[in-house]
Amino acid sequence: METLPQASIHITVQTDDFNLANEHQHLSQGDRGIGAMVSFVGLVRDLNLADDVVALELEHYPGMTEKALTGIAEEAAVRWPLHAVRIVHRVGRLRPGDRIVLVLVASAHRHAAFEASTFIMDYLKTRAPFWKKEWTPAGPRWVDARVGDVSAADRWHQVVSEQYGNDDHD
Amino acid sequence: MQIKLLYFARLRERFELDGEDLDVPRGVQTVAGLLSHLAGRGDVWADELASGRVFRVALDQELVDFSALLHDGAEVAVFPPVTGG
Repeated sequence: METLPQASIHITVQTDDFNLANEHQHLSQGDRGIGAMVSFVGLVRDLNLADDVVALELEHYPGMTEKALTGIAEEAAVRWPLHAVRIVHRVGRLRPGDRIVLVLVASAHRHAAFEASTFIMDYLKTRAPFWKKEWTPAGPRWVDARVGDVSAADRWHQVVSEQYGNDDHD
Repeated sequence: MQIKLLYFARLRERFELDGEDLDVPRGVQTVAGLLSHLAGRGDVWADELASGRVFRVALDQELVDFSALLHDGAEVAVFPPVTGG
């Protein structure tokens, strides 16, 4: 029988900013088996479709968001040997340059941590119920989903994760 | 059958409604049936929920396709494709 992944998963949806150093510390606390930690931080850009974006407003679906993010982290932990996953996503009003999302992944192995963090971001962009509204001098408009995001998530259906048993992590 | 409907983002704004409790008409069993019932309200409902428009449905907080079966007490959310991250 397949054993369930033992990764520690922590999901937060918040309006406040996050502190990368604190999140790193929480992720690795007391786990000497971790050989690699990969962090991805997404920022709000000031340009989209050639208009000046003065602010970004993020809406989400409370309850489903946390479930969807937990499900994505669990799916990553089935595919790769992960020790811990931490996802922080901000909602509310953000400005260009603000941090919007953090994905932290810890594993014994570097490749697993890199790949799992990319997988989590690709799935987050197509499955987690967040919506962006851009505020421009001409007024607000909802951001359309991108076809490229869907194909980025779809490509993981083809990917067969490699074996990491003999991999040296560094 | 009673369900709870939720609308998000552009659809919430266009419907001018963030949610409603709905007594599902007899004969409506699936998400597809529910959507055509809602589109039958006409106006923005018909416009946004017409076939060919892209939107997503979550049943009890899981993304589903339109063949999914409804049940009493279900939470059904209708929203545009997601754009987080």
